[in-house]
Amino acid sequence: MDANTVPKVLVTTEWVDSHATDAGVRIVEVDVDTAAYDQGHVAGAAGWNWTTELCDTLVRDIVPMRKLEELLGNTGIDNKTAIILYGDNNNWFAAWAFWQLKIYGHEDVRIMDGGRKKWLAEGRDLSTEKPKFAGATYKASGPDLSLRAVLPEVQTVVQKKSAALVDVRSPQDFTGEILAPPGLPETCQRGGHIPGATSIPWAKACNEDGTFKSYDELKSLYGAAGVTPEKPVIAYCRIGERSSHTWFVLKYLLGFQNVKNYDGSWTEWGNLVGAAVERP
Amino acid sequence: MKPEDYSRRQLELAGWPVTIETYKLGEVYHCTIANVDPGARFARADGASREEAERLAIEKATRHLAQTRRFPVS
Repeated sequence: MDANTVPKVLVTTEWVDSHATDAGVRIVEVDVDTAAYDQGHVAGAAGWNWTTELCDTLVRDIVPMRKLEELLGNTGIDNKTAIILYGDNNNWFAAWAFWQLKIYGHEDVRIMDGGRKKWLAEGRDLSTEKPKFAGATYKASGPDLSLRAVLPEVQTVVQKKSAALVDVRSPQDFTGEILAPPGLPETCQRGGHIPGATSIPWAKACNEDGTFKSYDELKSLYGAAGVTPEKPVIAYCRIGERSSHTWFVLKYLLGFQNVKNYDGSWTEWGNLVGAAVERP
Repeated sequence: MKPEDYSRRQLELAGWPVTIETYKLGEVYHCTIANVDPGARFARADGASREEAERLAIEKATRHLAQTRRFPVS
């Protein structure tokens, strides 16, 4: 795979400005800060709340299939709709939604390059109206769990060194200097990282304007750290959304075949009794 | 509507670098504050003026940041 053959999964802000209300296209905003949508969004865009709509709210888990089908149907999305995701923080939770939509087999899902940050910086129109959608019928497939790593697999990887573990949190998280990003509540008992992990913060994949770096830049970034397509890769962060961003980069912008998101991430590993932790 | 009076800048609060983003939509100024690394939004406020929105957001952000502990790294 090279720069010319990676799947076309990015759209520009210009494209969204021109096609947001096209038939067969649905724009969806997914933010870390779930109130951001109410501060203005792309006209016609739906807003999904990751804390209630993109997860199981009883058991800690990804969104159940039936719940996702209902969400998509209520958003007027059927199996052929092109779903264009964007959000704050350079598309963290847009990537989280993308990852789950791929787990459940949605074919045409793309990300608006630069996300909310670029849209705002360009002074494009915002709307505060919440659109109403005619209901649609959605039938999910899968789940394709080859896209997801769970704890036992990660424990095996640590023992056998059978995959590259990529920690995408900040260097201060990686070393254990802090237990949560500045300003956010601590959600783990121990700081540090999973033994054997390599630190490649997610943001290194982005330009200042929020867009993704070029294929060659990304290949060089991960290649220099020994993360290559020949070896399976598992990405993790704190709760799995930033690592879904890196998962997206590796799988869809660089074309890695075997890359998984460990969504349990540090809030699982850093709270496990007896789990080995490496510092710095 | 077009967002107006958009600005994005960095400053330091409680010893941490943060990004403060403000814009006006309609009659309301929206301000959000994110840590620089990893870039997560963790405080926001609305106001009738830029000054009011930013003052309220900075107050919240400062309170949140005061809770962040640093641990020695050997």
